[in-house]
Order: sequence, then structure tokens, then C-alpha cells
Amino acid sequence: MSTLEIKDLHVSVKTEDGPKEILKGVTLTIKDGEIHAIMGPNGSGKSTLAYSIAGHPKYDVTGGTVTLDGEDVLAMSVDERARAGLFLAMQYPVEVPGVSVSNFLRTAKTAIDGEAPKLRTWVKDVNGTLEKLDLDASFSTRSVNEGFSGGEKKRHEIAQLELLDPKVAVLDETDSGLDIDALKVVSEGVNRFTEGADKGLLLITHYTRILRYIKPDFVHVFVNGRIADQGGPELADQLESEGYDKYVKAAV
Amino acid sequence: MTVTADNVTSALEAEKVSSHLHPEGSLDVNDHPAPNGREEIWRFTPLKRLRGLAADAEFQASTTETSWNTPEGVRIANVSGEEARGLRGISGLVPNTRFGARVLSEVPSTLLVDVPSDLEIAEPVIVDLVGKDAGVTEAGHIPLRFGAHSSAVVVLRHTGSASMAQVVEVAVGDGARVTVVSLQDWADDAVHLTHHEAVVGRDAEYKHAAISVGGDVVRMDSNVHYDGPGGSANMLGLYFADEGQHIEHHLYVDHDAPHTNSNANYRGALQGEGAHTVWIGNVLIRKVAAGINTYEENRNLVLTDGCQADSVPNLEIETGEIEGAGHASATGRFDDNQLFYLRSRGIEENEARRLVVHGFFNDLIRQIGVEALDEKLRDIVADELEKNVLDIPFEAATN
Ligand SMILES: Nc1ncnc2c1ncn2[C@@H]1O[C@H](COP(=O)(O)OP(=O)(O)OP(=O)(O)O)[C@@H](O)[C@H]1O
Ligand SMILES: [Mg+2]
Repeated sequence: MSTLEIKDLHVSVKTEDGPKEILKGVTLTIKDGEIHAIMGPNGSGKSTLAYSIAGHPKYDVTGGTVTLDGEDVLAMSVDERARAGLFLAMQYPVEVPGVSVSNFLRTAKTAIDGEAPKLRTWVKDVNGTLEKLDLDASFSTRSVNEGFSGGEKKRHEIAQLELLDPKVAVLDETDSGLDIDALKVVSEGVNRFTEGADKGLLLITHYTRILRYIKPDFVHVFVNGRIADQGGPELADQLESEGYDKYVKAAV
Repeated sequence: MTVTADNVTSALEAEKVSSHLHPEGSLDVNDHPAPNGREEIWRFTPLKRLRGLAADAEFQASTTETSWNTPEGVRIANVSGEEARGLRGISGLVPNTRFGARVLSEVPSTLLVDVPSDLEIAEPVIVDLVGKDAGVTEAGHIPLRFGAHSSAVVVLRHTGSASMAQVVEVAVGDGARVTVVSLQDWADDAVHLTHHEAVVGRDAEYKHAAISVGGDVVRMDSNVHYDGPGGSANMLGLYFADEGQHIEHHLYVDHDAPHTNSNANYRGALQGEGAHTVWIGNVLIRKVAAGINTYEENRNLVLTDGCQADSVPNLEIETGEIEGAGHASATGRFDDNQLFYLRSRGIEENEARRLVVHGFFNDLIRQIGVEALDEKLRDIVADELEKNVLDIPFEAATN
């Protein structure tokens, strides 16, 4: 049983001319077993929502609440949120030079589980997961994300999703920059994750093509820091043919 | 264009350029007044803490205990008299400091490492210099001679307490592949003033690694010039300054032959009140040095408040016909995005910082590439981090 509940969330970033409000009251509830897609034009605040849930220090929450199974997420540090069961697959995964993927994954798994994983099964799990995501075993000795292609970075994010096995995952444009084969591989990884019991998924995307492989239960249209419309999967098809124009015009 | 060693030498003699980066030297001690700290090459150095080593401290009988292993075919010996005198200047060193000139003219102790031509040794030569008394000011001359086409690794490992002025001369024969590592892992009260001068033969590969983590003051000058085209120098450095420590590295690569390469990569971390590091990277590309490649980089990671990292790369180019020349220097705190990424995977803040610092040095340790030292170097980084007040929160990184 897990529920991520976002209520009237207001978030701003610091700019040279003072704080700028990006999220202007976002309300959204993701229950386990549910897949929510958030779609919206560039600059509408999708990544801001994702980062704010994960606790990036760049963003200031100025109002509203975020809870995971009733626990106050906003009061938690970044790492506490992850240990509580939240996961963010980033739009632009960060390079960490000199830290090997295997060391990183082991350290993260140990932190999340509160104990070191059993060495033998762990190595198998890691290699198996990398392989399923079409990442050569040699990736485990490489530095985290360093020199990875855009697609490799995204597949590495999904490998982490599978290995760390959170309760609720937010995927920020994991599909962008992927060719069709990589998109399938990534989608299969995400579907393996959501097949697990009690998983919630928030899928942020710009394009509808990933929704051919990952079937959302709900689609939200995100414009100008707010949810402008919501519906079922059919809303995605409508966006595909009509675009965001009418929402953008309405928002101004 | 083909260039022979001979016409390079004559071209060099023809043009005696004096670099702005590096004053002309002299073997005569009287040509070098004691420094007062205003000289360009001394302006960062806390001369008062050097116990007179840069000026006229008496060079007393050494109390440093020296031992080494001797791979087959290598000669390592304390030498004296005529033989010792004959080794002074084997790198072509003409000192630009008083202590350098003094060491070459009056040093009582000379330790020779002699690797004959064509000998390839896999086992590193490890010379241990264990200081016993920081109250004794002493000096040493260490000539390292590598014959043509030899291949060897020599590690000078400095530990314990000492006040030491030192000149290390490295002669890398044609086609030789040589690594020299100097580890300054001194006790807190040690003072070490050292000049490493290397001449790199035709088509030879020279790697020099300076690892400075212990001592009150460590200043090392590591210089390279070439004795023919095709040589390459890879100058690496790893340093870690704690509270009150002064660690200073000067680098001078004199591209005085065509088609030579140099690469410099120095990385340091600082923590604690009054930790001070200095990195000066000078590269001179002389007129004769057509078709050379050079890149130098220094990065400093400032772990706490109250530290100072000076970093000054200099490139002086006297010819337009180079293949590549560049430098980079960066000093900063932890990268918020790296910490965020690691923490977003559940890793606690301190652990995330530790990972980032290890990562920062890991690459360099790999480049140093002396397997026998890998673990030691990783331990050094881990030990330094243990001492650290990593728990002090950073405004930037706490959310
Ligand atoms: N430091 C900043 N200063 C000013 N504006 C900022 C700053 N950081 C973010 N913004 C603005 O916030 C808005 C939302 O950005 P965000 O990255 O959340 O958009 P997005 O919906 O994820 O867009 P994309 O589809 O391009 O990924 C953008 O207009 C962006 O320019
Ligand atoms: Mg975005």
C-alpha cells in the first residue's frame, strides 16, 4: 500500500531578479498500481515538479504538501526521501567521475535496504539487470554516467529503478533521446517494475510514443505550472493530434 | 621534416632565449642571494617555516634512515667523492635557487639509482627515507639514471620527521620508459624543500608523480626538459592539505625540442583552517619546439571553510607551429548536482561526499598506474577523509 499525495504545491526558483514561481498549485494523487502520465510543453514546469518531489536544493517549496503514505516528504532530506521509497529517473543524469557504477549501485542498495546486499546474488542481479537493459557488463566498471551516450544514461536510470525497487517512481522524460529499440528496452524495464506489487508511477513525457509501450491509467496535461486538464489514455491521443495549443492559449 | 638530435642542440645553442617563467640559473651559490619572499618564485612560500633551508641553514649530517630493495641488475648505492661529484648535474640542472646550488656544491650525501641500458624491470624500486629528527637541517642529492631503452619505476617514499633540502635529478635515456613517484607522507613537523629535474631523451617516456599529504611545509619543483625530439612527459600530482599545512608544487616543462609532448594533471583537496596549497604550472614552448603538444590541468576541491588554494597555469609560446597547447584550472566546492544525484539514490550526505572525493582522486591514481601503490594511495585518501570534519554542513548542499 503506498500513496503519493501532492496538494496545492507551489514552488519557486531563485533568479537574479528574486524568486520566480514555477509551480502554481499542483494537486495530484498517485496510488499504488496506478500509472500517471504528465504531458506538457517545454518550460511548463514538469522537471520542477519532479525535482521538488525528490528535494533538489535549487527549488523552494513555498506552499502545499507532499506526503508518501501520510509521511511528510517535504520535511525529509533528499536521501531520506529515497529511503522512504521515492525514486526519480532524471532527465539529465549527472556524471560522477571516478565513482564506478558497481560501487555506486552497491552503496545505494545498501543505503536503501539498511544492509549490504548478499554479494553473490547482488552481482548476478546487477549483471542481469544491465543485460536486460542492453548495457554491456563492462558498464559496471565505468564511472557513473561519464562518457555515457544520452540513451545509455537513460537505460542506466532504469537499471537503478529496477535494482533499487522503490515504491513510487517519477520518470522525467526518460523516453526523450531514445531510438525506437532503446525505447522498447526502457519501456520493458519500466513495465517489469510496475508489475511488482504496490508500485506507483509518474511518467513525465513530451511525446506520446512511449505511451504505446507503457499504458497510463491517467493522463494529465501540464501547462504553465498547473495541471490544465486530465483524463484517461484517450487524452493522450487527443494531444497527439491537437497539441497543447488550446491549453497554452487558455493559460495566458 | 626529420630532425636529428644534433641539429636540435645546435638550434638551441643558437638561440638562448631567456624565459619569463624561469630565471636563468647558475651553479655558483654566490649568484643566488637568500630569498626574501618577494621573488616571483618564492612569493607563495612561507620562508619563515622552512628553517633556513631556502637560505643558509647548515646542512648537518643526515639522520634520515634510508633503505631500498634492489631488483636484479639495478645499482643503488650511497656514493661519495669523485663519483658523487660526477653525478651532479646529470639532468642538466643549472639551479635557479640558492638551495639548489648549495645542494649541488656542498651536499654530503648522494644516493644513486642506476638502471643500465636495455634493462626492463617490472618490480618497482622503492627507496624509503625515514626522517628521525626534524631538529636537524639536512640535504640530499638523489640522481636517478635510466639507460637507453630501459624501463623502470622508482618510488621515493618520505615518512617521519625531517627538515630536508633535496635535489632529485632524473636522466631518462633515449627510448626509456620511466616512472618516478615521490611520496611525501611526512609527520606533521617535517619540512621538505625539493627540486626534481628531469631530462627526457629522444622518444623516451617519462612519468613523474608527486604525492604530497604530510608535513608542515612541502614545496616541490618538478621540472622537465628534453634531449631530443619525440620525448613525452606525464606530470601527475595528488595532494591533500589539512589544517595549517602548506603544500606547494611548481611545475616547469621546457619544450626545448620539437615533437615533444607534455601532460600535467595535478589534483588536490583542502580541509581545515589555514590549509594552503599552491600550484604553479609553467610551460615554455621554445622557438625550436615545432609540432609539440602540451596540456596542463590543476583541480582543487575545497572541503571546508578557511582553506586557500592558489592555482596559476602559465603558457609561454614562442613558436606558432605547435600541434596543441592548453591548460585548465578549477578550484571549487562540492558539485551540488553530483551530491544531489547520489543522495537521490538514498546515499547519506557524508557518504556521498566521500564517494565524490574518492572519485576525484581515483582517476589520477589510475593514471599514476603503479599497482604496488594503488591501495596505499586509496588508503591515503581514505585516511585524510577520516581526519576530516566532513560533518560540517555546507549551506549549499543541505536542503
Ligand atoms: N534558475 C532559473 N531562473 C529562471 N527561470 C528558471 C530557472 N530554473 C528554471 N526556470 C524556468 O522554470 C520553467 C520550468 O522549467 P522546467 O525545467 O521545470 O520545465 P519542463 O517542463 O521540464 O521543460 P522541458 O520539457 O524542456 O524539460 C522554465 O521556464 C525555466 O526557464
Ligand atoms: Mg524537463
